[in-house]
Amino acid sequence: MSGVGIDLPFLWAVIILFAVMMYVIMDGFDLGIGLLFPFVADAHDRDVMMNTVAPVWDGNETWLVLGGAGLMAAFPLAYSVVLSALYLPIVVMLLGLIFRGVAFEFRFKAPPAARHWWDRAFIGGSLAATLAQGAILGAYINGLPLERRQYAGAPFDWLTPFSIFTAFGLSTAYALLGAAWLILKTDGELQRRIIALARPLAWLLLAVIVAVSVWTPLTHPAIAARWFTPPGALWFAPVPMLVVIAFWRLMRSLQGAPHAAPFVLTLGLVFLGYTGFGISLWPNVVPPGLSIREAAGPPQSLGFALVGALLVIPMIVGYTAWGYYVFRGKVDASHGYH
Amino acid sequence: MVQPDALLLARVQFAFTVGFHIVFPALTIGLASFLVVLEGAWLRTGREPFRELYVFWSKVFAVNFGMGVVSGIVMAYEFGANWSRFSDAAGSVTGPLLTYEVLTAFFLEAGFLGVMLYGWRRVGPALHFLSTLMVALGTLVSATWIVASNSWMQTPQGYALVDGRFVPVDWLAVIFNPSFPYRLVHMTLAAFLATALVVGAAGAWHLLRGRDDAAIRHMTSMAIGMLVIVGPLQALVGDAHGLNTLRHQPAKIAAIEGHWRNEPGRGVPLILVGWPDMATESTRSLLEVPELASILLTHSRAGSFPGLREFPASDRPNATVVFWSFRVMVGLGVLIIGVGAWAAWARLRGTWLRSRWLLRALLAIGPAGLVAIIAGWITTEVGRQPWVVYGVMRTADAVAPHGAGVLSFSLLLFVVVYLLVFGAGVGYLLRLIVRGPGTGGDNLVPAAAGGPRRLLGAGNEGTVGSGP
Ligand code: HDD
Ligand code: HEM
Ligand code: HEM
Repeated sequence: MSGVGIDLPFLWAVIILFAVMMYVIMDGFDLGIGLLFPFVADAHDRDVMMNTVAPVWDGNETWLVLGGAGLMAAFPLAYSVVLSALYLPIVVMLLGLIFRGVAFEFRFKAPPAARHWWDRAFIGGSLAATLAQGAILGAYINGLPLERRQYAGAPFDWLTPFSIFTAFGLSTAYALLGAAWLILKTDGELQRRIIALARPLAWLLLAVIVAVSVWTPLTHPAIAARWFTPPGALWFAPVPMLVVIAFWRLMRSLQGAPHAAPFVLTLGLVFLGYTGFGISLWPNVVPPGLSIREAAGPPQSLGFALVGALLVIPMIVGYTAWGYYVFRGKVDASHGYH
Repeated sequence: MVQPDALLLARVQFAFTVGFHIVFPALTIGLASFLVVLEGAWLRTGREPFRELYVFWSKVFAVNFGMGVVSGIVMAYEFGANWSRFSDAAGSVTGPLLTYEVLTAFFLEAGFLGVMLYGWRRVGPALHFLSTLMVALGTLVSATWIVASNSWMQTPQGYALVDGRFVPVDWLAVIFNPSFPYRLVHMTLAAFLATALVVGAAGAWHLLRGRDDAAIRHMTSMAIGMLVIVGPLQALVGDAHGLNTLRHQPAKIAAIEGHWRNEPGRGVPLILVGWPDMATESTRSLLEVPELASILLTHSRAGSFPGLREFPASDRPNATVVFWSFRVMVGLGVLIIGVGAWAAWARLRGTWLRSRWLLRALLAIGPAGLVAIIAGWITTEVGRQPWVVYGVMRTADAVAPHGAGVLSFSLLLFVVVYLLVFGAGVGYLLRLIVRGPGTGGDNLVPAAAGGPRRLLGAGNEGTVGSGP
């Protein structure tokens, strides 16, 4: 299949980037709801918040599994290095996802007296998973040293000021995504409450984006060169400009009676941030030095899996969209089958 | 190099997490198909007990599914986190299989699950039934891919070794490797059987407590039907599976039988109770049937097959473990067949509702299928040792370079969290089952008043708006 002239590693990098982006956006608002839970005390409101994502959270999380499986299929070396290097934050993420995931069902099945424990599990699980993902992101940008196809660092190397900052930054992004989703799916008092939370979150996210944009080029010369030397610089210049425009529109939409606009604009912001991340690291699959070409598996594997990916992903997008369509509209608490 | 205790810790961690995981998929697979049957029966007959049962078991299904998903995600990441050198070497083979599983199964299950559980009022009955069907299809497709992957590790073929890494050269050979068909059928039947046992036990429990209505009778009766058919079938498939294993993994069979020294021309006894001892290279036999192992495995009284001593000591699996895990599985299988036959006989004679001993027996073997599944996987996986890819890559060469400290810490975390979370979850499952069908939650099902036929006529897209 390599003979046909298809650039398999490139296509797979795009597919994995797409899967991870879908994950960040979709599980981002699920996890964000968990992060916002502490700010909404009323049990009835919490039911509503849960029910806005109960029918879709599992599908959202599956994009993470696709990202992982795709990485193993196409770039087995990267899969083994990244996961073993970031072992501890990965374990924390998985355990967080366990608490968060079971809370959807357990909350309604537990005896009333025990229910608050699963609220806590939902909050704690969402927070742990988000912080771990943020730290993973930071450690990944910082780079993972390799020696003879194995990770050559120490178990706690991932823990740096930068990764702590990205953990905080990703929490902000997810919380804002969650808020914007809830603005779309709720109304009345709860919606007003969430709008009030969304404004400071949006400012915070802007601050995070600015800080990361200054911090990474300063500490990573290669990333600085990517952004600030022509001709690349010209191509990438629109990214910061679009960030400013999206932010401005977002703040405006949060005045008055917003519905879908904050969600769309927050998606835009997250997408732009993600694009910036992609621009900074391309074509490395494991920074600082392992490129997608070096890490790629044999063409037999990439080609075989590509057939399935190209055929099936459009169908997945189709029925996922149908699922969202079925559950369109505002949610109230009596909703859901519990 | 990796310290030996780090290797052991990594193995224990994998065995612990997958041992928990497999319990949930087994019930997911069985219940999903059961729900298809129930909804289909309800749509065709419009009879209330089927609807009640559907609502009831779909609640059990939802809780179980959630646990299956979160424990499964751990597995998908553990390959890289704990078995990084395996993933680097064999990821090009198992990675695409897992990718296909995600694409064709996990998304299908997840995508239609929402409509199946929460969509009663939002789509018509046909679309709802389609959603149930898609979820069930997803569980079966999922089993197919993951079992293909595992079977390839047991009986690898269709690859070339290039610089110590596995390069697939023939995907059909990789997927349809010699042990795949047996393992797939055996595992799927195991899931159906384990589910039928749980359903049957739930019915028996309610009957014993004096709750005797149409829904309870239906589900108990359906479970008994599954037991008599699937139980014996499972034994036949297991027998064929064992013959196939003898051909491809003779050391595993030798360990299963506690068979050390092969003497051509002398029949091998089947040791029913005994203790294989790895140190003395012999099995202390307490109860055996002469020549039966030869008859079962070679279909001749004097047939011989390799003993463990024919393999270098470094290539032998732990016979004590697999000898016993195998006997637990087969023992439970025989028990299930026995109780199934008894129940079917009583059912035919019409005495099944009065026989308290039968109901107690059905209740008692409720967990037997799940226990047999774990025992079966232990047999399969420990019997594969010391190889991770049989005969090609050793488990010791597969493990990630973590220190024992890090691994002990993460293992402790897994143990605490799993016992806590899944312990609570199993508790909620039992609570749900004990409450029984027809209690609570039904108000949200559309047909309570009009029955399905009315619904079949109503193209009710949009009529449901946003909630009741
Ligand atoms: C014979 C069946 C079977 C076996 C042997 C396994 N699984 Fe499993 N798995 C399923 C059958 C299944 C399922 C029926 O598709 C699940 C189970 C519960 C569920 O809710 O979906 C699932 C869920 C599930 C998920 C979550 C999917 C989602 O997000 O919806 C992942 C990532 C895995 N599994 C991965 C694994 C791995 C890496 C395994 C190997 C060690 C494994 N499973 C063994
Ligand atoms: C879900 C059912 C399964 C169960 C209950 C199970 C059980 C086990 C057990 C008990 C071990 C430890 C064996 C030992 O170290 O002595 C093990 C190891 C392992 N299994 Fe499985 N397994 C299952 C499915 C799978 C599947 C589907 C795969 C691959 C696709 C797989 C891959 C592995 C790997 C990589 C190891 C670690 C290396 C090893 O110790 O052999 N397992 N499994
Ligand atoms: C009653 C007679 C049975 C026989 C003769 C039998 C035979 C076997 C054999 C030989 C294996 C090992 C295959 C290998 O690794 O090479 C196996 C594995 C297994 N068995 Fe059974 N079995 C029986 C009953 C059951 C029952 C009742 C269950 C569960 C409900 C079950 C579940 C499993 C599972 C999950 C595995 C591991 C996966 C696999 O290799 O298929 N078995 N069985």
